[in-house]
Amino acid sequence: MSEGSSFMKGMILGGIFCLVISLFETFNSGTHSEGHEHLHHHLKPLSKDELQKLSLSQMSDLALQVQVYCLIMVTPRLLLHWATANDTWSKHCDKSVFYTSESSKALEAFDLQEQDEWVRIRKAIKHAYENAGDLRWFFLARPTTFAIIENLKYLVLDKDPSQPFYIGHTEKSGELDYVEYDSGIVLSYEAMRRLIEMFKDEDKCPERGHALWKMPEEKQLATCLKYSGVFAENGEDAQGKSLFNKKSVSTLISDSMGQNPADVVEACCSDMAITFGGMNPSQIQVLMYGVYRLRPYGHDFQDSLTFLPPKDSDND
Amino acid sequence: MKALGVRSAFYVGFVVGTCTLYVLLRQVGFTRSLGSPEPETHDTSLLEMIEEENKNWKKERSALFNLNHPHHTGENGALADTLYKRVRILCWVMTGPKNLEKKARHVKATWSRHCNIVVFISSVDDPDFPTVGLNTKEGRDQLYWKTIRAFHYVMEKHGDEADWFLKADDDTYVVVDNLRWILASHSPEDPLYFGRRFKPYVKQGYMSGGAGYVLSKEALRRFVEGFRTKVCTHTSSVEDLALGQCMEKIGVVAGDSRDTIGRETFHPFVPESHLTGTFPKTFWYWNYCYYPIVQGPQCCSDLAVSFHYMDSSHMYLLEYYTYHLRAFGYKYRYQPPEPKIIQDLNAPAPDKVEAGDIEERLGVEKQEEEEKSHELNVKL
Repeated sequence: MSEGSSFMKGMILGGIFCLVISLFETFNSGTHSEGHEHLHHHLKPLSKDELQKLSLSQMSDLALQVQVYCLIMVTPRLLLHWATANDTWSKHCDKSVFYTSESSKALEAFDLQEQDEWVRIRKAIKHAYENAGDLRWFFLARPTTFAIIENLKYLVLDKDPSQPFYIGHTEKSGELDYVEYDSGIVLSYEAMRRLIEMFKDEDKCPERGHALWKMPEEKQLATCLKYSGVFAENGEDAQGKSLFNKKSVSTLISDSMGQNPADVVEACCSDMAITFGGMNPSQIQVLMYGVYRLRPYGHDFQDSLTFLPPKDSDND
Repeated sequence: MKALGVRSAFYVGFVVGTCTLYVLLRQVGFTRSLGSPEPETHDTSLLEMIEEENKNWKKERSALFNLNHPHHTGENGALADTLYKRVRILCWVMTGPKNLEKKARHVKATWSRHCNIVVFISSVDDPDFPTVGLNTKEGRDQLYWKTIRAFHYVMEKHGDEADWFLKADDDTYVVVDNLRWILASHSPEDPLYFGRRFKPYVKQGYMSGGAGYVLSKEALRRFVEGFRTKVCTHTSSVEDLALGQCMEKIGVVAGDSRDTIGRETFHPFVPESHLTGTFPKTFWYWNYCYYPIVQGPQCCSDLAVSFHYMDSSHMYLLEYYTYHLRAFGYKYRYQPPEPKIIQDLNAPAPDKVEAGDIEERLGVEKQEEEEKSHELNVKL
């Protein structure tokens, strides 16, 4: 009898304990996340009105400041994707460098001579920072991702690269907010500088972690950045639609056809989207045509800034 | 022994209590987030959509009349609006009862919204969609018969309400604004028709059916007249060829629809095929095209008018690429010249000016001025 009653007492106490803990948690995370979101999480481009308020000289300063260095991480296995990226979107970066794990015939890239992807990223980041010249924004991606660099420039146009910025499509893993690798990672000059400093700390930001338990590169990057006071921000447009996508355009359209059959295109993707992942070379050529060429006559946007097409190119 | 049992029973009870309540709390939180708000917003957005539809479309006499030329947030559509008023296009779409849900519905949701008038031609009347039933049978051999009946129908019911008459399939995607750009340099009173020009069998060539083709008002008049006088007959089952043969007989000229640097605008296949595919040398296509075939990026004009064999997801994809996705501030390499109608508007004869013309001209001029003052070139 006494066993039963003590079991019941235990149960009730356990229930109360759980209630108290969860109430405490929601209260805590409520205030904490509010503050957190307000300070960091969402990053949007300037509105059209704000853009028009800028003077011509302000505009020309911003235009110079917003130059992008693209770091594209390839391997010999991704030869076809390397060729496609080389022939398409990477031409719109102010400087694009392909970093490879090992040298391979036909693959023209900077040979890092390293098999571990995290170590390659570290080396590439150091190399890019040292060779940046006047460039102050850095875009890290695999060649399976397609990027519209002009829209990236639009997003960071009014952001100061001497401040730490770490932008892309953010996900949460426990307490860690990280930017997904598959949809591209944007880093400002200051973020790069702090990151390279943190690389020296083998405890907080180890080069080669424990062999048994290895965090994905995107989370290792987020951790190192977090220790240097740089936090992930989600790039989105004025309507809150994500600008960085790890899915292909056709997948996103198909998803939208299922979820929003009455308003497929409006509900699908942003007009100013920056990245799409998982696209095959043929789809990428069509996307190039769709972004940089195909348009309806008589509909003009009159953006306050103009970006000229790259030299020696015929698919844009 | 008994004391140990009591204590462990307490601990076990504690753990069980914690876990049970944790699960319960999660369930409650879960259901609350899934709760009532969802269906409410769904209903209001559906209502909003229907209202929106009624504002933009008038359903009358089994046709859809476009009341408001679609505009995009943040764009200056003045030039497109001017062309919309001056180059009125009636689009008739060849479909059938089995394809309404599969194909025609997506045409209705995408490109046909940019036509002045849309008519869906079927074998069966459907006042809801709406479709016009022509009392024909379905099937490939019925295509020319359906086409003849369809052109007669639009001439009779809508002949005065449009300047140009486009035929398209329910798997053709058409950029109607670009079609207006081409047609705005020609007169609807001239006997002309445009499309993807093929060369065999007909001296002046004929237009591919799948890529869509468009007749001027005069061409349509002559087509109807040609059947009345039996100059043209309906014995063939090859729709586009038979139409092309008729056009030649009645003196309608097969036009060159390529852009100002010779790139094709009407396309008989999907964008991938033209941009990336290599057609085998034995493929019939090589012997059919009137103009030299170009493979790769120069296959297709920036101001493309049509693509064929487009399934539903492809249509939405192209709608997104054409009207939505863009590169901020990008200066296109190809700067198309203004079509003749706009040039005439900007430099009219002094005594012929109308009040409406002045407004339009000022609108277009103002747009050009704004462009010059706000632009800042950035060299990459």
